[in-house]
Amino acid sequence: MAERLAVKKTYKLYVGGRFPRSESGRSYEVTDAKGRFLANAARASRKDARDAVVAARKAVPGWSGATAYNRGQVLYRVAEVMEGRHSQFADEVAAGEGLSRSKATAIVDEAIDRWVWYAGWADKIAQVVGSSNPVAGPYFDFSVPEPTGVVAVLAPQQSSLLGLVSVLAPVVVGGNVAVVLASAERPLPAITLSEVLATSDVPGGVVNILTGRLADTAPTLAAHMDVNAIDLAGAAGDAEHARELELAAADNLKRVVRAPVAEPDWTAEPGLDRIAAYLETKTVWHPVGI
Amino acid sequence: MTKFEYAPAPESRAIVDIKSSYGLFVNGEFVDPVDGSMFKSVNPATEEVLAEISSAGADDVDKAVQAARRAYERTWSKLSGRDRGKYLFRIARIIQERARELAVLESIDNGKPIRESRDVDIPLVAAHFFYYAGWADKLAWAGAGPDPRPHGVAAQVIPWNFPLLMLSWKIAPALAAGNTVVLKPAETTPLTALLFAEICQQADLPPGVVNIVTGAGDTGRALVEHPGVDKVAFTGSTEVGKQIARSVAGTAKKATLELGGKAANIVFDDAPIDQAVEGVVNGIFFNQGHVCCAGSRLLVQESVYDDVLARLKRRLGTLRVGDPLDKNTDIGAINSAEQLTRIRELSEVGEAEGAERWSPECELPERGFWFPPTVFTGVSQAHRIAREEIFGPVLSVLTFRTPAEAVEKANNTPFGLSAGVWTDKGSRILWMAQQLRAGVVWANTFNRFDPTSPFGGYKESGYGREGGRHGLLAYLKSEG
Repeated sequence: MAERLAVKKTYKLYVGGRFPRSESGRSYEVTDAKGRFLANAARASRKDARDAVVAARKAVPGWSGATAYNRGQVLYRVAEVMEGRHSQFADEVAAGEGLSRSKATAIVDEAIDRWVWYAGWADKIAQVVGSSNPVAGPYFDFSVPEPTGVVAVLAPQQSSLLGLVSVLAPVVVGGNVAVVLASAERPLPAITLSEVLATSDVPGGVVNILTGRLADTAPTLAAHMDVNAIDLAGAAGDAEHARELELAAADNLKRVVRAPVAEPDWTAEPGLDRIAAYLETKTVWHPVGI
Repeated sequence: MTKFEYAPAPESRAIVDIKSSYGLFVNGEFVDPVDGSMFKSVNPATEEVLAEISSAGADDVDKAVQAARRAYERTWSKLSGRDRGKYLFRIARIIQERARELAVLESIDNGKPIRESRDVDIPLVAAHFFYYAGWADKLAWAGAGPDPRPHGVAAQVIPWNFPLLMLSWKIAPALAAGNTVVLKPAETTPLTALLFAEICQQADLPPGVVNIVTGAGDTGRALVEHPGVDKVAFTGSTEVGKQIARSVAGTAKKATLELGGKAANIVFDDAPIDQAVEGVVNGIFFNQGHVCCAGSRLLVQESVYDDVLARLKRRLGTLRVGDPLDKNTDIGAINSAEQLTRIRELSEVGEAEGAERWSPECELPERGFWFPPTVFTGVSQAHRIAREEIFGPVLSVLTFRTPAEAVEKANNTPFGLSAGVWTDKGSRILWMAQQLRAGVVWANTFNRFDPTSPFGGYKESGYGREGGRHGLLAYLKSEG
């Protein structure tokens, strides 16, 4: 009996809760670690990046205004849906990163668990980084963290799922929205994650995922005046490119998470630095009296 | 209304002893600059030359950074937190002991009323050192992990509006965290920083832990760009802040930037109007409006516009502009001829763009740099006086109808440093405080500062916080 012919997927961008192709009409070949063809992915253009920022900005009031409890629940549900796609993620991580099936499975386990870890911070981070300030006068004075707004995320190039989760979750858990540029060579887990996000309760536009070349869209995101912060993790190891992006980011004083010299070991326990990087501290004063 | 006349009540300047010239404070002693160039610091109220000040060139900056590095490696990083704290407590106490001298000197060099330097600036300076002194041996509880480390050498560049207060905001947390510093005071207000250098000597602070290099923008640039610097802290204009963000790009230097603002001070119709007017006056005319967080845009609810404007104008008629050393002075001198030119130019633009200009009748001294308290009405959001930081005693008045419109207008600026809200309704205060994109929200008050209270901006007003535990974090790193 003949083997069944598989139905192959068209890999697209994820912008504003929808799955458009690149407006440029371009795509590029994605191969596995051994160079064998896996898929054609959309090659996002500068215009796609700008569209993604517009979609992200629209999602800011709803997501940043949601209760912390609600954000925590929504993000926890993402992990639930990821669990259902466990096998698909493991296939993609194994193929893209050239890992054995068992190693890829362990990475997917860790990625889902990390998402759960971050989701739990939604309604706790304010108590850890906020404060009541004992000022010398009759005033009630407190400081609370607030999301900075739209965050551009250059996802790690090597670790296509665990690395991605480790840079994306800390953005959205604090109430920010994200425009993610997935690993250029290994974009498939990011696209699958976008399908997870679309079928969980994350509102459209809160996470937008672009695939393509770093050089095509990263400069646009770094220079964009309606982006509040940028994570340069995906430029790790390319100091000159990272410097150019940081220079562009200075135009509107984006909060910058710098590119490391080399891609770090994402299996290490994360701290709170990445959540805190996208939080502003607001201090409120009011007189006390009768 | 009868305006009471006051007899002159000048604070004696006999308490200060200004030298004819000052060197740079490097490695615990005053030294002449390598190339010997000098500039003058003038009293902005009289244009009298106060002293010759050394202009630090690249070589001088290099020596200061090297001194700070040596002090960091050999002394300061080896000292226990407890001992670092003791030095800071000593400094706090000497500042309290010499408070009047510092206040008079600040008013002479800066032009601010003695009432403010004596009652606000200098007490807050002492309080900052006292507050951070206590942190020095408690860093493990600061929230940067169990074993936080200092960055190393901090380059600090401060503005002329609160010269010694900004110095304290920079130096106290840096030293508490274990960094050593090279600080550049503003070109027009170096004198209290140089007196602070003497205070460091009196406190027996180890040489090189604090270095003061005087000069203008070139000195600041040489300091910020020096490769031996690990941390940059800057307070000043957004334009220079962006240059600094570019200059540290691609380096390992961490930067905190406290930049410009264009704060909205929002008065709702249910606000206690007299209190609100006092807050509006304090918000924009405190320190001649030379305040990055000044409430320079007054947003008044339409239904109380006439009442608020009438009371505001009446109140402004009672402000006393003049000799900064007179204890009854409310508004002192503009800090420099350059700043006066900018305030004049933007005010002329305000008129040219169609806003209506008003100032109370007030006589200004003949010599010195002066600008009367000024209110613009009929201002639209597109006017430059509603968009650009004037950094002077100039208030732009706009109106709104609904809370949503107030929020929209307040947030319609690339800045996000501070905001004020005046209303009697508690739920509205908290809602407004949530909606306003600003780092500090003063509700039914304005321009309050405290060493325990984090201060700093959203958006193009910069990043990082000064004050409180948050301010300490800017000088610590969590990894070893």
